[in-house]
Amino acid sequence: MTTATISRRRFGRALTHTGVITRRNLLANVRLLDVLILSTVQPIVFMLMFLYVFGGAIQGALPPAAQGEYVYWLLPGILAQSAVFGSAPTAYGLNNDRAKGVLDRFRSLPMARSAVLTGRTLSDLVRSTFILGLQLVVGVALGFRWHNGIGGVVAAIGVALAFGYACSWLMAFIGLTIVNSEAIQAAIYLVVFPMTLTSSVFLPTRTMPGWLQAFAEHQPITIVANALRGLTLGQGALPTGHTVTGETLLALAWTAGLLAVFAPLAIRRYRRNAN
Amino acid sequence: MSDPIVTVDEVTKQFRDGTRALDGLSLTIPRGIIYGLLGPNGAGKTTLIRILATLLRPDSGTVRIAGFDVTRHPTAVRDRIGLAGQFAAVDDHLTGRENIAMIGRLYGLPRREANARTEQVLQRIHLADAADRPVRTYSGGMRRRIDLAASLVGRPQVLFLDEPTTGVDPASRQDLWHLVRDLAAEGTTVLLTTQYLDEADQLAGRIAVINHGRLLTEGTATELKDRTGGAVVELDIAAGQRDVTLRALEPLDAQFATDRGRIVLPAPDGPLTLRHALRLLDQADITPTDVALHRPTLDDVFLTLTRPNTTDRIAARRAA
Ligand SMILES: Nc1ncnc2c1ncn2[C@@H]1O[C@H](COP(=O)(O)OP(=O)(O)O)[C@@H](O)[C@H]1O
Ligand SMILES: [Mg+2]
Repeated sequence: MTTATISRRRFGRALTHTGVITRRNLLANVRLLDVLILSTVQPIVFMLMFLYVFGGAIQGALPPAAQGEYVYWLLPGILAQSAVFGSAPTAYGLNNDRAKGVLDRFRSLPMARSAVLTGRTLSDLVRSTFILGLQLVVGVALGFRWHNGIGGVVAAIGVALAFGYACSWLMAFIGLTIVNSEAIQAAIYLVVFPMTLTSSVFLPTRTMPGWLQAFAEHQPITIVANALRGLTLGQGALPTGHTVTGETLLALAWTAGLLAVFAPLAIRRYRRNAN
Repeated sequence: MSDPIVTVDEVTKQFRDGTRALDGLSLTIPRGIIYGLLGPNGAGKTTLIRILATLLRPDSGTVRIAGFDVTRHPTAVRDRIGLAGQFAAVDDHLTGRENIAMIGRLYGLPRREANARTEQVLQRIHLADAADRPVRTYSGGMRRRIDLAASLVGRPQVLFLDEPTTGVDPASRQDLWHLVRDLAAEGTTVLLTTQYLDEADQLAGRIAVINHGRLLTEGTATELKDRTGGAVVELDIAAGQRDVTLRALEPLDAQFATDRGRIVLPAPDGPLTLRHALRLLDQADITPTDVALHRPTLDDVFLTLTRPNTTDRIAARRAA
């Protein structure tokens, strides 16, 4: 047997195992009907709340591409936010599997070492795809229209999901590193909420105080939100000096960077015979 | 005898907080038997099982399973083992059948074979009727059985069962015992840990008694009992006189067996030891309410062994 056939076989095994784990996680999602419904409704309620609470006050601050309608600003931002929020279940899911001894069982099987983590991140990606799709539909029903053709929308969703997927690996690392599930929750809220609030998700960063603006303009969630706005609404939706291609490439660079750092870290955590 | 299937050689494991869970433990497990690992809570049983199942690395020492070193060839080891941990690691929202078939797929079986094999193990654990219900609706005993079935689906050569009957009702316990015996009869080696001495006595061909991560004794149940001294004296004493009695019988290594509420002492010389004990009691003006001389149970073995220094003292007295 040549080295090539061995590694091809090993890759095939990793794919099969990833598929098995993904399916298992998705089945759990679908069967926990109450959790499914609540976690679907929540992002929509979130979106409506911001739309109607902030909408009126903000219209004046919006760029021309928003045509004075907050929904134009909010929807791409909310998609970016949901992609990030949608990665949190990766941490909870892995933590729960570990607490229940399921991770130990998986580790004792002749499985591909990466399959549990790729399976988990992929099933959470499927879930995020569903939620982002739903938000887009609701957004359109509330008056959002894209200016860049359907291709721009598809690209925007793709960028958001890719970024969310990279965040899932960060969450996998957190979920495997912190043992206590309440501590995980606190850690995620401590980071994710301030990060989305100090970004361009809800408001243009122009109105923030200078010191905060410097951070807000450069942090990844702003960049992803900007990329989504550019891709769906065109150049006019971006702050001066920013291009659609530039923001998109920057968003993809953040995605690649997060993956490059946290995928190996998470896999190492998983393999390391913890405690 | 053929090569042992499991060899544990001078294994040490210390946790980061300083707890020394295993302290130079050595064991060999022959192929095809039920091997009982007996020890109180905190003895190191789970730690050893986790090392054998490639979940933990030993700090020092070597462990080989079917000839493969657990740290150097973990995948080869994982191909050959099945693990049912101390708590059933099953997915609540999947059905029993889905749980088992999933593990079958992860053992590398093609889908069709995984399904066929799942059917077989479901029959074997008598859960075919409930197999299509979500596991969340199962009783504790049923969850245990699904967990065990999942560990069987890959046809392991060695099966590790960590306290398989803890918290299980008596009927399910009997079922599990039957199943374990059948598996061993078919050639699977079973290593099971337990805190229940009767369980080891009933099931295991060989028994290792461990405490504080060290091996106290090892052998067949009969050998263990013989080593305790052939017989024990058991005394029923009024609660108020317990301490006086223990003091009076100090030279004979008498101990209070908390679980039985009785005073127990090894009787290497059988009736002679009994006579000696009664004489000491008489001198102290103590009258027991009941006296028995019998072959040691594993409880007695354990009681004697876990007492500091007793093994040395018994040996010394024998030699004298
Ligand atoms: N992850 C851990 N970190 C620190 N100490 C541990 C850990 N796991 C077990 N221990 C300690 O190691 C000893 C042996 O534990 P364990 O192997 O679980 O015993 P048993 O299974 O026989 O009850 C105990 O003192 C226990 O508290
Ligand atoms: Mg234990």
